[in-house]
Amino acid sequence: MSVPTVAIVGGGIYAFGRHEGVSGLAMGVEAARRALADARIAWSDIEFAYGGSHDAGNADTMVADLGPTGIPFVNIANGCATGGSSLISAYQALRSGVYDVGLVVGFDKHPRGAFQNDPADWSLPDWYGEIGLMITTQFFGAKLQRYMYDHDIPIATLAQVAEKAFANGSITPHAWRRNPLSAEEILGSPTLAHPLTQYMLCSPGEGAAALVVCSREYLKRLPDARPVWLRSASFRTRRAGSFEVFSPALGLEIADSPTVDAARRAFEDAGVGPEDVGVVQVQDTESGAELIHLAECGLCGHGDQTELYARGATGIGGELPVNTDGGCLANGEPVGASGLRQVYEVVMQLRGEAGQRQVPGEPKVGFTQVYGAPGVSACTVVST
Amino acid sequence: MTAAADPVLPVRVVGGAARLVAATCGACGAVTFPVRDRCPTCGSEELAETLLPERGTLWTWTTQGFEPKAPPYIPDGEFTPFAVGYVEFPGYLRVEGRLTESDSNRLRIGMPMRVVAYHHAGVPSYAFEPEETVT
Repeated sequence: MSVPTVAIVGGGIYAFGRHEGVSGLAMGVEAARRALADARIAWSDIEFAYGGSHDAGNADTMVADLGPTGIPFVNIANGCATGGSSLISAYQALRSGVYDVGLVVGFDKHPRGAFQNDPADWSLPDWYGEIGLMITTQFFGAKLQRYMYDHDIPIATLAQVAEKAFANGSITPHAWRRNPLSAEEILGSPTLAHPLTQYMLCSPGEGAAALVVCSREYLKRLPDARPVWLRSASFRTRRAGSFEVFSPALGLEIADSPTVDAARRAFEDAGVGPEDVGVVQVQDTESGAELIHLAECGLCGHGDQTELYARGATGIGGELPVNTDGGCLANGEPVGASGLRQVYEVVMQLRGEAGQRQVPGEPKVGFTQVYGAPGVSACTVVST
Repeated sequence: MTAAADPVLPVRVVGGAARLVAATCGACGAVTFPVRDRCPTCGSEELAETLLPERGTLWTWTTQGFEPKAPPYIPDGEFTPFAVGYVEFPGYLRVEGRLTESDSNRLRIGMPMRVVAYHHAGVPSYAFEPEETVT
């Protein structure tokens, strides 16, 4: 590995779930305060900030609560990759040498139920939405149905993914879903997008996460810091032919998804390989996405998931712990915050501060992947 | 072309058979559905209309178990779950659409499908109908 240059020195989270009477912005402010306290840095020391939400307002207005110190605070909006894009922007700003310490914050508060999208916002004709095709769950179900056919994965594996998620959520204080569910309960819930049942799909929700990041040089001013290193942060969009959400048609040759490109680049930039990773957070919008993303990131082979999940290899005590905080399935998906929750979780795991859900054996390298419409993916490698 | 130009209807009935209306790029050869002003692969405006074959095979599918939110969805009577899928037209594309069969036990990847024209809540559209019965 090369000498790391960008450190994560603070993390804060506002519980994911539903919070009547609390605005998304207020959750973001609280997550930011917690990250600053964790880093033992004052808001007045922060030189820049990146942040965003999908449905809950402008991140830069947080200065009304944190203090109008005059810093550049950039609002980021990039769908499900909003949090990841904020972190990557901060990573690049620090590496450029322009700044030495900054804050990244993501938050959201979505209406209940499936996301509602206007075809015109996605360069699609009106009829696509009018007849009932503008629904993200259809993409998840259709991509997964083909993937399971091609790689001989049984529906039992989908239930094992969700069972693990709710088990991990039950020991994560900031998770939304805190009750374990059995594979039978998961399989027995209503089918919403065949083969996916209700408990195999995450819900839009509420929550916030924030990180304080700084340069290697700045660490000299923080004698009590417990840094972990942001080794790489890679962001990619789709290429011609990849199978993405809201696609009225696909080419006959399916290209690799942007996750394949982003993960490969993240590992190359970090100088480590998938075999070095001790804790993983991948986008699990639904059970199948976790399986597909693990393989797309190079963390297992296509089709190996059946055996990995059957023997519990992706559990907290397994050789490849995945979504140790319960992932999107147990936390819901406030899209502005979701990618930063993943990185927050890896930071806590690498610091050995993950409590009951701590991965044993002192993991040294963590990996995160967030994916969203209409074909964006952001990956990071974090190490001690 | 003006911004207010009517979008091309996705389906046309020719000689009694429903055909999907796609476009072939004169510059790069990519086939596009639905028709757009420019080729989404290379950006060229040199697009020629192409009618896809009447028949294809089911490449993948899923179901819509809950009523979509309106808008953009237009409710059409009492909601009943439906299936959607991608049908492969060899040599052209795989196209997404609603299926006329909603029972997951009667759908199989690889089964032959036919294009049919129909209206959903007054919106002219198309669906894919299985050409065999799965038991």
